Amino acid sequence: MLEREIVVVGAGPAGLSAAIEAAGAGARVLCIDLNMRPGGQLFKQIHKFFGSSAHRSGTRGIDIGRMMLDEAEDKGVELWLGSTVIGLFPGNKVGVRHGQDGTAGAFVTVHAQKIIVAAGASENVVRFDGWTTPGVMGAGAAQTMVNVNHVKPGRRVVMLGSGNVGLIVSYQLMQAGCEVAALVEAAPKIGGYAVHAAKIARAGVPIYTSHTIKRVVPDESGRVCRVVIVGLDDAFQEIPGTEREIEADTVAIGAGLKPTTELLALLKCDFTFHPVWGRVPLHNRDMETSQEGVYIAGDTTGVEEANTALEEGRIAGISAAAALGYLSEDEAKARKDEIWARLAALRMGPFGEKREQAKQDILSAFDESRGGLAAV
Amino acid sequence: MERYDDEIIVCRCEEITAGEIRQAIREGARDVTGVKRRVRAGMGLCQGRTCEKLVQQILCSELGLRPNQVGASSPRPPVRPIAFGELADGEVV
Repeated sequence: MLEREIVVVGAGPAGLSAAIEAAGAGARVLCIDLNMRPGGQLFKQIHKFFGSSAHRSGTRGIDIGRMMLDEAEDKGVELWLGSTVIGLFPGNKVGVRHGQDGTAGAFVTVHAQKIIVAAGASENVVRFDGWTTPGVMGAGAAQTMVNVNHVKPGRRVVMLGSGNVGLIVSYQLMQAGCEVAALVEAAPKIGGYAVHAAKIARAGVPIYTSHTIKRVVPDESGRVCRVVIVGLDDAFQEIPGTEREIEADTVAIGAGLKPTTELLALLKCDFTFHPVWGRVPLHNRDMETSQEGVYIAGDTTGVEEANTALEEGRIAGISAAAALGYLSEDEAKARKDEIWARLAALRMGPFGEKREQAKQDILSAFDESRGGLAAV
Repeated sequence: MERYDDEIIVCRCEEITAGEIRQAIREGARDVTGVKRRVRAGMGLCQGRTCEKLVQQILCSELGLRPNQVGASSPRPPVRPIAFGELADGEVV
């Protein structure tokens, strides 16, 4: 069995920043990602980030990703790509399908003193007649096709969902040369930032709020050729007679994301159900779960955005390194306090408050599950 | 009682429809695991990663329950697909 001090599952923003922090402190870190290139969602973010200069506002996600890869290499992080963690087992054993060229793999077990799970999230689907038709995909999948693989998912796209993912991906599809035939949103108003919505509106994309997709009609080849949308009342019930047909060959669904938590369930980590994030693992201010030595960061803890994932990753990396003796308690605490302050700043404003409250709820639930106040 | 969407696929890996899931609920399923045991929804290649939420939505609307009352999938290793050959050549955990 291979031995590593720290194994990080996932090389997205949270996993990479955890690996960089821990390796920077002196720990021997192995970071594993199932994709053939690291960086996770960062390499799909061709737009500039918002926020303060501490959070690299004005920098494109893809450039942040490149900087982080260089830093990980400098710090000596070992990276296994095209490799899949298929299970975590008692005694801190990590079962890995170690990829060699993306097709062939070998099963290996790695014993890790500390494990950091930064496995991200998966896209939600919406059930309508024909949602399994070829041409229907997640908005994130459509974004990967245009921004990473440089392939257009289709000619004319109907986007379902007007959160920031739906809005940004609609715009990026247009930049890639696709036509966005309609933006459809079940709620009475747009979900994402006004600045993104304005871009879509200016481009002349018809926006249908209080609507959903009723049916997708395939052509002879079985691919999407028409999309039927329908109006919704205040109780989100379909209003008969409001159906409208749109010609399109692609449907992108931007209906939110679900934290990827299977590995933590295997280890029997304590979970809670939170109205904002759904079922998520509990963690403390070290980002440690109810299982000692098992840490989490990023979307796995509840879906947010790249900057919060980066910061949570740093905390997890610092905590794991400190637990191994690479940082003094005082130094670790000082650095974590700084990061928590930055996280609080990121979680301000109309979109952030709900997430700040959710995070506080998770931290309190962890303390309660421990039967008292945890040390900060 | 038939619904217009009874024919719609919910679990694409195992090709289980909304109607089959409603039938499982009529037969006594009260959570995600109960549905999975009766009709295999969530037992395929993706292990319910895609359909779990859809199954939860149907349970909630059929039984008048809230999302935190209908349970979640119980993952088993391997949580991602691996070929038998790759597993057989590896070491024992």
